[in-house]
Amino acid sequence: MADAPVLTPAGSPSRGWGSLLRLAAKTVLLVLVLNLAGVPLNPVATLGRWSVYNSVFPGRLRFPYADDSARSYSVSVMDLEALFHSHDVAGPGRKAGELRVLVIGDSSVWGFRLSPRETLAAHLDRLGLESNGRPLSFYNLGYPTMSLAKDLLLLEGSLEYRPDLIVWLVTLESFPSEVQSASPLVSVNRGMTATVLREAGIDPSRYLPPGAGTRWWADTIVGRRRDLADWFRLQLFGVMWAASGIDYDAEATYPPRADDLDLDPHFHGYGPGEVDESDLAWDVLGAGIRAAGPTPVLIVNEPMFVSRGANSDARYNSFYPRWVYDAYRMWLRARCQASSWTCLDLWDALPADVFTDSAVHYNPAGAETLARRLADSMTAEAAGLDPAP
Amino acid sequence: MSAVPLLALAGAGLLLGCLPRPAWRRTGILLVSVTAAYVLQPATPLRHASFWLPTIALGLTVLVWAAVHPADAARRPTLIAGVLLAAVVLGVAAAGYLLRDGPLASLRPPPFTSLLVSAGVVLVAVAAVYASGLRVARALGLGLVLILVAAFIILKTEPLSLAASAWLRRLSGQSADLAAPIDLTWLGFSYLAFRLLHVLLDARAGRLPGVGLDELVSYAFFFPALTAGPIDRVERFVQDLRQSPQLSPQDLREGGGRIIVGLVKKFIVADSLAMIALQPLSAERVTATGWLWVLLYAYSFQLYFDFSGYTDIAIGVGRLAGVRLPENFQRPYLQPSLTAFWNSWHMTLAQWFRGYVFNPLTRALRSARRPWPTAAIVLVGQLSTMILIGLWHGVAWGFVLWGAWHGVGLFLQNRWSSWMRGGAGRLWARPAARRFATIAGVVITFHFVTLGWVWFSLPDPALAGRVFLRLFGG
Repeated sequence: MADAPVLTPAGSPSRGWGSLLRLAAKTVLLVLVLNLAGVPLNPVATLGRWSVYNSVFPGRLRFPYADDSARSYSVSVMDLEALFHSHDVAGPGRKAGELRVLVIGDSSVWGFRLSPRETLAAHLDRLGLESNGRPLSFYNLGYPTMSLAKDLLLLEGSLEYRPDLIVWLVTLESFPSEVQSASPLVSVNRGMTATVLREAGIDPSRYLPPGAGTRWWADTIVGRRRDLADWFRLQLFGVMWAASGIDYDAEATYPPRADDLDLDPHFHGYGPGEVDESDLAWDVLGAGIRAAGPTPVLIVNEPMFVSRGANSDARYNSFYPRWVYDAYRMWLRARCQASSWTCLDLWDALPADVFTDSAVHYNPAGAETLARRLADSMTAEAAGLDPAP
Repeated sequence: MSAVPLLALAGAGLLLGCLPRPAWRRTGILLVSVTAAYVLQPATPLRHASFWLPTIALGLTVLVWAAVHPADAARRPTLIAGVLLAAVVLGVAAAGYLLRDGPLASLRPPPFTSLLVSAGVVLVAVAAVYASGLRVARALGLGLVLILVAAFIILKTEPLSLAASAWLRRLSGQSADLAAPIDLTWLGFSYLAFRLLHVLLDARAGRLPGVGLDELVSYAFFFPALTAGPIDRVERFVQDLRQSPQLSPQDLREGGGRIIVGLVKKFIVADSLAMIALQPLSAERVTATGWLWVLLYAYSFQLYFDFSGYTDIAIGVGRLAGVRLPENFQRPYLQPSLTAFWNSWHMTLAQWFRGYVFNPLTRALRSARRPWPTAAIVLVGQLSTMILIGLWHGVAWGFVLWGAWHGVGLFLQNRWSSWMRGGAGRLWARPAARRFATIAGVVITFHFVTLGWVWFSLPDPALAGRVFLRLFGG
């Protein structure tokens, strides 16, 4: 028996080049519409508020940051919502009666070359400090790169989590005008930084040099594919964070901070006496303290390595010639007194042997020593807070 | 391989499919395939190696053709194919000399004179074999089998590839101290060697159909399957190549769909799973039993989506170019037995080993003067075949253990099936019991295979052993 003919209705839409072209055209149109929808919908910000951390997986003990994502189980996302929502600070509710202390600063606070349980905030937490019978809980909101504008951005974002006390560790290297926008967190969130500065009465152009400007397609889905992929990778790394407790993998060996120093008297290209107090971003520091409102802010001049090697009579370390750092400490003290800021100068609080690969990065012993030095000031500051939960 | 070269291959497939004449498509497939071998070859620090490795592969393929060529092979098409291949090699070399940027810039071809001398050697060898009788061809065939197997062993054994790299470095005036096994990264050689061995072995067995030089080179280098298979059979491939139909809307729809599915599998699913999949570093860091299982499942699925994604892309691109490559995966993790798994996982490789190792070996054991017991034949056959499949991935203890794991598993399953075919099988005659047995079979098979990946993913057997214990709470 002959095979029955396969019946295809005339003009069947499922066959032929015509239907294929129509399908291709519709697909292209749909992709274009979805891509352009990214401009008004801003999916990165929307997704940033949604996180597997603090729900499926525990929140991270510090902001995600990585040089080598595959080994660190982390990724440097630049979206502030995604940063905060991956952090333990955004977890559901407060611990009973806790006083929330947020520790803000640069890579030394974040804990470069330290595990998340060896950082300054972790050591402070382990001390089990109390004030008026309420336990002090410490949250590490440090982020690598030195920039007061970056710190201000994070401080502003952290206020949503109702801190009771903010500890802000600073060092001179975070103050020069030109370093403010050098932090990727600031340059990527340029618009947001400008708004924060403007609200604080600071002209953003002082710290944010005119950028190339972004083209409209940078805000489409295709334009923001990198941010979307980073957000997705951050969520996936939640598995590895929960499974291993590791959020950063630093190489085991590294060049140690220099003991013998070059005889270079310059600081950011300025010679002795050429740096004026007004060259530094005191207004950004003040803006942070004002932004905190009723929440007390403790400013700490962070410890640094003090060299005793070659040319240490002219420089403290690879960052600072003595003339500029001494002047900075004097200006800081005067500002604190004049503005009634609570300040603590711990510039030489740590011995030389605790510093690792830079003049401000310390080892776990250094973090513990610093935590003990800060403990009294912390409880004194907290004593002024509302005793009732 | 990143998405860009894969999309470029898809574009090439589409263009070839659109060519109006079958002869043009066949020639196009030949030219694109050989050029792709050069373009996709990773740059290596060994001087001129990124040019020589594809050239040697091409030379070996030409010699294989000389060894198996049909007695009545037409001279004119062979001559045309030879001229085309020479043109590609010289064109690629010229591009390497002249271009500073682009995909051919990293080739660093050797001086022109050594290129001409090498081409001359291949030409003379081919001409000599072509002009001589069957005995010379058979001897060359045997020699090529040995060369391919030896090259395969050297490339897959780290100390040997290190020694080879050091020797080649000295030969080219480079420091042997900087030698590394990775110097001899030879794109797609595992697949090429197995295709050529299949051709040589079938020719010795008298099973090979008449194949032209252009057809054999197109088969060995077919660009969609160059890097990750599948390992097609030459007679099937050549049949498609000769028909080489022009691209139809259905080809475009199905081929394009397959490519999209493959890209999603590889670049979205597999690459995401890779971030959390079990690997040596995470095996050291993660100690909790539950999380280790999560990492192991992730590895299991990553491997499947990665490999089957590449296969989907290869099949899709092949379809666009007019060649229907064989399937390599058919829902392997939903199979109710280990035998069924190996009939649906990397199917073309499994078929290759079944045809050239398992069947001849078990036949030999069965027809031995003192016949072996069936169970012993099955055990030796399964174990040796699976260990060889393991070694195909690399000569390392982890792959040996992985092969042995599957060999023993297949043997046990074979014995179980024999037992079930007897009286015990009646217990499972009811439909509900059969359904339960199927579901239990799928779960057990999946977990057996997944546990086997521990040996596969962790090159250090001691670490793999520790992970194994931890997976069971040890």
